Order: sequence, then C-alpha cells, then structure tokens
Amino acid sequence: MAATGLIRRALSRVQSLPVGKPLSIRLRPYASEAEAQLVQPKARSTSNLKTFQIYRWNPDNPSKPELQDYQIDLKDCGPMVLDALIKIKNEIDPTLTFRRSCREGICGSCAMNIDGCNGLACLTKIPSGTASTITPLPHMFVIKDLVVDMTNFYNQYKSIEPWLKRKTPPNPDGKEILQSKKDRAKLDGMYECILCACCSTSCPSYWWNPESYLGPAALLHANRWISDSRDEFTKERLEAVNDEFKLYRCHTILNCARACPKGLNPGKQIQNIKGLQGKNVA
Amino acid sequence: MGGSKLSGMQKQVLSLYRGFMRAARDKSPQERSNIESFVASEFRRNATGVDRKNFVYIEYLLRRGKKQLDQLKSPDIVSLSSLNAPAK
Repeated sequence: MAATGLIRRALSRVQSLPVGKPLSIRLRPYASEAEAQLVQPKARSTSNLKTFQIYRWNPDNPSKPELQDYQIDLKDCGPMVLDALIKIKNEIDPTLTFRRSCREGICGSCAMNIDGCNGLACLTKIPSGTASTITPLPHMFVIKDLVVDMTNFYNQYKSIEPWLKRKTPPNPDGKEILQSKKDRAKLDGMYECILCACCSTSCPSYWWNPESYLGPAALLHANRWISDSRDEFTKERLEAVNDEFKLYRCHTILNCARACPKGLNPGKQIQNIKGLQGKNVA
Repeated sequence: MGGSKLSGMQKQVLSLYRGFMRAARDKSPQERSNIESFVASEFRRNATGVDRKNFVYIEYLLRRGKKQLDQLKSPDIVSLSSLNAPAK
C-alpha cells in the first residue's frame, strides 16, 4: 500500500512538470509497481563482479581473525569503497562492522586500509581488478572487524592542548581576537586535518613507538597552534613537544603525506616545529 | 598455581583485578560490595570460559577492562550495573 502511495506522488509531480521534459518521459512507463520491477533488470545486462576480502574478527565469538570473501556486482553499486561496504552490509552480511558517517570525507570515520594503503573508504574509488583486500588501520587494536581502538590516538591529540591559550586577559568589549589575512594563511594546510588517523597509522616510527611518539596527526595539530598568531603560549608549546620521543621519532619517512586523504603534508609541519626548536634555544 | 611463576599476561589480569578492587574502595559501602561481587563473577566467568591460549581475545578483554577501570576510577561514577543481553 505504501508503495502505491509513493508512485502516485511521483506521478503527480511528473504531471506538474512542463510537458516535453525528458524526466517525465522516462517516468511514465513506471505506472504500476509490477511494471517498474519488470523494467529494472533490463537496465543492467552485463555484470561486473568483484571480490572484496574483508578482515573479520568478532570478540563475542573469539577465534582467529580471518579474511572473508564477498562478491558483489559493481554494475549496481556506487563508485566508492564505502558504497561497496554498505552494499555488502545491506545485502549480504549485516554483521560486517565498520565506522562511517558523512560519506564525503569530512568526518574521518571510515579510515581503513584498502589494498595496503590507508585511506578513507568514502574518498577511495573501488580499485580496478577482480579482487581487493580491506583491513583495519595497521598497528591499531581491533575492537571488531574494521573498527579500531582510537583511545591512544585521541589522548595524544589531547596532550598537545588543542585550544587557544592566552596570557593577556580577554577584551572587555567581548569582541573576538582579530587576525590578519597573512596570519590566517599560515594555518592553511593544517586546519583541514580531520583526525582520521590515516597518517599516524601509516608511519613506521609510530608503529614501533605508539605510546611515546606523538605521531604525525598530533604533531601537525601542535604546529597548528604554534603557528597561530593569536596563541600566546608558543614557547611553552615548543618546549612541551621538545622531546627525543614525542617529536624526534619523526625521521621524515613521509608516509604520512602519501596517506593523507585530505592532501596535507604532516611531515612538512613537523619539520617546521623542528626548525623552530633551534630558534627557541638560541 | 600456588607459588608457580606467572606469565606476563597473567600478571596483567591480576593487576587489573586488583585495580578494580582498589577503585571499589572509593565508592559507598553498598556499591562497593556490589562492584566487588560483579567484578569477581565476571573475572571468574572469563577465567573458566575463555581458552587460555586465545591470547588475541585475552588481550582484547584486558584493554576493555582497563578502559572500564579508568571510567570507574572517576569520582563522578557512583555505581556499576550490568544488563544481560539475550543470548541470540
């Protein structure tokens, strides 16, 4: 009953459109639900099958982690890896677990390892070829399937105190602290970071010292606040990260710049902190 | 096991248990006994139910336990309760 209601609404909308629009012509054959279902299969005559090997591990059924194969038809699937994952979850296996939210690369939830490269599933096109492997972010503790434990990563971000810190009291008129266009431009390439953890988890240095080395993402944010013209704790911030492990475990491997789905270069920002450390001492 | 050497992981489990018992001390007497009995039964259940060679799962439980302990340590947390999900 609900379906017929929908169709009726669709038809009335078509009739209100100016006659001759291609949309109305295309919709007219769908006069009844039965016919609509007959027409659909004809649209995809050829199929394009692809196998996804997806990492599975469920704590409620504790056995060894394994790669499970799912075969889907790319002909009726969106272009991105996230579309394929959602299709698998909807149509094949509802127990498949992964984080996703915005599907447009702004939330950073769907970070995972696709064919050996870290990236956001929503921004990664389904790779060509007949098979792809999807695993959780490397060297992270798995909670379930593709969901990893980000506690340590977030605590490191927290440890760099990512908020504006001032020594002078706020303006009595309650107005904002102004910044020149040039000073604002210094934050470009850093404020875009969405903390998806693709960079940190691609860094070999971070793999070996995940507790003591802050990692590219946290250091990029450290530099974001060090570079901010409104922040008055620049010196203290520099001293806080001036540590053999926290900062100097970065050996400019630059896997971070390769992995970043937002096209940022954390390695360059870390280099900037290292440069300022020299000036700070002098 | 009396007097025998414990593995690193066994020590971690015991220290986690001790952590829970210590955290329970800071709660009200009524809640303290509730927490103690719940934690004890949970550890007992997993001690018998989990394959002792399934390290991946034991490590997962340790990490989960540490997270829960950190939450319990907060003075804002006054009590602990659990819900039994129907088994499938």
